[in-house]
Amino acid sequence: MKLAVISAGLSQPSSTRLLADRLAAATRAALPAVESRVFELRDHAHEITDHLLTGFPAGGLPDVLDAVATADGLIAVTPIFNASYSGLFKSFFDVLGDDALRDKPVLLGATGGTARHSLALEHALRPMFTYLHAVVTPTSVFAATEDWAAGGDITLPGRIHRAGAELARLLESRPPAAAPDPFALTTTFESMLAGEGIRSF
Amino acid sequence: MQFGVFTVGDVTQDPTTGRVPTDAERVQSMVAIALKAEEVGLDVFALGEHHNPPFVTSSPTTMLGWIAAKTSTLQLSTATTLITTNDPVKIAEDYAMLQHLADGRVDLMMGRGNTGPVYPWFGQDIRNGIALAVENYALLRRLWREDVVDWEGNFRTPLQGFTATPRPLDGVPPFVWHGSIRSPEIAEQAAYYGDGFFHNHIFWPKEHTARMVELYRRRFEHYGHGAADQAIVGLGGQVFMRKNSQDAKREFRPYFDNAPVYGHGPSMEDFTEQTPLTVGSPQEVIDRTLGFRSYVGDYQRQLFLLDHAGLPLKTVLEQLDILGEEVVPVLRKEFAIGRPAHVPDAPTHASLLEKVAVDA
Repeated sequence: MKLAVISAGLSQPSSTRLLADRLAAATRAALPAVESRVFELRDHAHEITDHLLTGFPAGGLPDVLDAVATADGLIAVTPIFNASYSGLFKSFFDVLGDDALRDKPVLLGATGGTARHSLALEHALRPMFTYLHAVVTPTSVFAATEDWAAGGDITLPGRIHRAGAELARLLESRPPAAAPDPFALTTTFESMLAGEGIRSF
Repeated sequence: MQFGVFTVGDVTQDPTTGRVPTDAERVQSMVAIALKAEEVGLDVFALGEHHNPPFVTSSPTTMLGWIAAKTSTLQLSTATTLITTNDPVKIAEDYAMLQHLADGRVDLMMGRGNTGPVYPWFGQDIRNGIALAVENYALLRRLWREDVVDWEGNFRTPLQGFTATPRPLDGVPPFVWHGSIRSPEIAEQAAYYGDGFFHNHIFWPKEHTARMVELYRRRFEHYGHGAADQAIVGLGGQVFMRKNSQDAKREFRPYFDNAPVYGHGPSMEDFTEQTPLTVGSPQEVIDRTLGFRSYVGDYQRQLFLLDHAGLPLKTVLEQLDILGEEVVPVLRKEFAIGRPAHVPDAPTHASLLEKVAVDA
């Protein structure tokens, strides 16, 4: 079972990447058959911009897009900038093919300086993934700087554990992913001639 | 095999001088390019169609009619004719008229157009692009092939007892190509009718082209028009040449860096690697172009885009001289080597007329 992990962290080392790795580990702990591949969007920042401008992916980007489209599940983690996902994170999902996330289990994570940014997961990330027809886990995980040292009842490790288990349950319950082939013919010419495929106004 | 040029008629600032041609200059430059194409021995001039700035190609048959009167061998084509937003009745009439005036030197390439607002400006919806292309083209074919047409569809007023005039020259409609970058439905449409399939090819990775041509060839055979390698394939190409490769790169770079399509994105070197764009010596263009055959098979028509990104007319005419004198003669010779005898040439009015006579 294949899991793609996308981290939009910019610094090196990155707490966004750290959270992404923790979420992937929690998923694997709940479902050992999972093989995960992690991609740092920073490594593909130029290619993502070029794709926006030219309309096609080049360099290492096709491999990342393909890995996400063919994965059984996705973990997507972004730093919160200006109360929302980072521009690089959004641009990546803007160039990801139509339907690439349809019906795909997705676990969302985000990082920020203070816990005041935490609801960006619910008001910014979750709606975008719902729009893309992904199946988002009930728990998404926000890690503020202070969370990396906090104890108490609802600790960051506890939330990571719960979210990873939710993603594992979704992965187990679904058939293997089938990535759409944009060049595949999905209709006959006779049905096209018969006027099927016309939008109703 | 046919060689030619295609233009989209964009009015673009020359980034090296800051000068923007007037609409009048751009219109005149396109006809100068067409006449030069015949003069240097090319076979085809294909004109785009757009209905929004910065393009000035809103009225293709007016321009092609003028060029027809000034030329004698040049095949006049389009790149593309908007089958979605034009009334198919008007296409039938306009291009039949052009066919008569040009003594049959006319074919068309159908395209859908990708400028969102053009659809509503012409009373259509871009989300119906494929359905419009299918219905309108089916009607266009009937208008050229049946003297009296009764027709009802989803997108235009029904026709009862309608005859499109003038009737096609010698009763033979112009040959039609269908152009699409990545819509398998259009490759299927071309295959269904046994029409030609043209892949724009430029600005895109060759994998797109290879997939679309492969689908078209396979379906062409499926529909019984001949073997897959007998399907009629055309490709675009974009080149800039100077005697020395480094001079070509130096001169073209500012145009590349500021071009409307790919400017401010990848480097010229990356884009050259990722797409069929070739900037270099005539020999490099020859080698690259001959390589297209390795992923589409033996094909029928190669069109080059030369007047793009604000290049001045003088430069474009120099490019045509190089193409006609140094590149195309070699391409003709080399493409003929190893080409199976059963692979046809691109249909022309003469060959279609002959076929009608044989079939009858």
